[in-house]
Amino acid sequence: MLIRRAPEIKSSGITDHRVYLSRRAFMAGAAALALAPVRRAVAAPASQVPAGQPLKATRNEAFAVEDPPTALESVTTYNNFYEFGVNKGDPARLAHTLRPRPWTVEVDGHVARPRRYDVDELMRLAPLEERVYRLRCVEGWSMVIPWIGYPLAELLKRVQPTGQARFVEFTTLLDPEQFPAQRPSFFGFSSLEWPYAEGLRLDEALHPLTLLTFGLYGQVLPNQNGAPVRVVVPWKYGFKSPKSIVRIRLVSEEPRTAWVKAAPNEYGFYSNVNPAVDHPRWSQATERRIGEFRRRKTLMFNGYADQVAPLYAGMDLRKHF
Amino acid sequence: MSRRTRIALKAAVWVACLAPLALLLYRAWAGGLGANPIDYVTRTLGDWTLRILLASLAMTPLRLLFGLSWPVTLRRLLGLFAFFYVCLHLAVWVVLDHFFDWPQMIADVLKRPYITVGVLAVALLVPLAATSTARMVKRLGATTWRRLHRLVYAVAVLGVLHYLWLAKKGVNDPYWYAGALGLLLGIRLWAWARRLARGRRIPGLSPAMALAPARASGRGPDRGPASSG
Repeated sequence: MLIRRAPEIKSSGITDHRVYLSRRAFMAGAAALALAPVRRAVAAPASQVPAGQPLKATRNEAFAVEDPPTALESVTTYNNFYEFGVNKGDPARLAHTLRPRPWTVEVDGHVARPRRYDVDELMRLAPLEERVYRLRCVEGWSMVIPWIGYPLAELLKRVQPTGQARFVEFTTLLDPEQFPAQRPSFFGFSSLEWPYAEGLRLDEALHPLTLLTFGLYGQVLPNQNGAPVRVVVPWKYGFKSPKSIVRIRLVSEEPRTAWVKAAPNEYGFYSNVNPAVDHPRWSQATERRIGEFRRRKTLMFNGYADQVAPLYAGMDLRKHF
Repeated sequence: MSRRTRIALKAAVWVACLAPLALLLYRAWAGGLGANPIDYVTRTLGDWTLRILLASLAMTPLRLLFGLSWPVTLRRLLGLFAFFYVCLHLAVWVVLDHFFDWPQMIADVLKRPYITVGVLAVALLVPLAATSTARMVKRLGATTWRRLHRLVYAVAVLGVLHYLWLAKKGVNDPYWYAGALGLLLGIRLWAWARRLARGRRIPGLSPAMALAPARASGRGPDRGPASSG
């Protein structure tokens, strides 16, 4: 009888996961690992960069937050990532279906040098920095997360936006195989229009705070946090920071974003964190920092007013919410 | 139905209704409430309030559709458990979520329609819970008591609206609750229309007499208070 051994799994990969996964997520992770040899045989991606693999970056002290970072377990188990489902636990539970390699990002539109980047190449385009940012969700909770990436401006500079480029449109992967919630449901209910689309004004996209992000907490982005590449815009509500990006397009018209399409009266194109402008259904004056008991006051532009307020000089932020 | 069966049924309701709370307490103890425990507890308590409230409203339809009289004996207990869960739900909002920030909470009650209807639903449940004893039924008189307890329909509608209005896009649970409530109220409407039609067709029978058998099956010396259901 021929007994074949399953391919070995690196112990380093397992240990890293065990440190931060909750028991429940750990069970899911264990199940995924048990299935890993099968999936690998079927999918056989060229270069697997599993979530949890360390990612080297230089800490940029200019972007530090006084508050302690949110526990990694919370950052990786409490997510809004509608491609996996609308519940906070869905992404961590289902994220193993996403294959972050091989992955390419198309950068095109009004640029002099349109290009399709392999994500590994994209990651090496500029020095990786670690920056600690506040993240404020439109739902009224917040986190503090040490991200790894470099300013999106570094990439945009290289493709050379033309004079017609006024906005940047981001598109998330469309693949119902990898994103279960993109499959049509029995009743035809769909939470959002797929693929997820987000957008920034060009000056917002070029702002040094806007981070093209590949990792968090010293490791490669976990799938549920938007692997392999996402954008983080810390002065806007979290949904303005698109995940698992496959296309970055420079356009002349304001892009129609997923949330504006879904509920234009509730979500605006700008969606800057603003305690004075409530969501139509709930107050934005306070937030609950994950891990804390008492609510805290929400800060204008999520505490980044010094850096970004000039972008909106003279604008009525109630109208352009 | 024997006394023993009745006790067994009530015990089953007690166990079923306390199980979600027990699970919640276990999770709180074991650290299984997730990254945002207050939000999780609030939602879980709200969910079970609606489920138990709808269960209490499902007892009369079981009689109307299948002629079963025993479910109606559980109605009061289920209603009181719904009240119990909504009190916990509200207490979590006041104590854990807002930590007695009254100005903020009052502003929210006035400004946020989903909170307005939620608080209103709780307020309307209070007189129902307060008059749930057999003595109160006697004191108010069956007719007045029954009329008063029709408020539960308003409470259920407000409760479902509360969830519909707070849920973010893509969350479909409130529509299931709304559908279930529509069904439960629809069955009553259908039964009521049928009784009305029957009362008209038989000239010798007054509407009150036509209603009598249905009422009688829901009322008994030891079945708790009857109501229009």
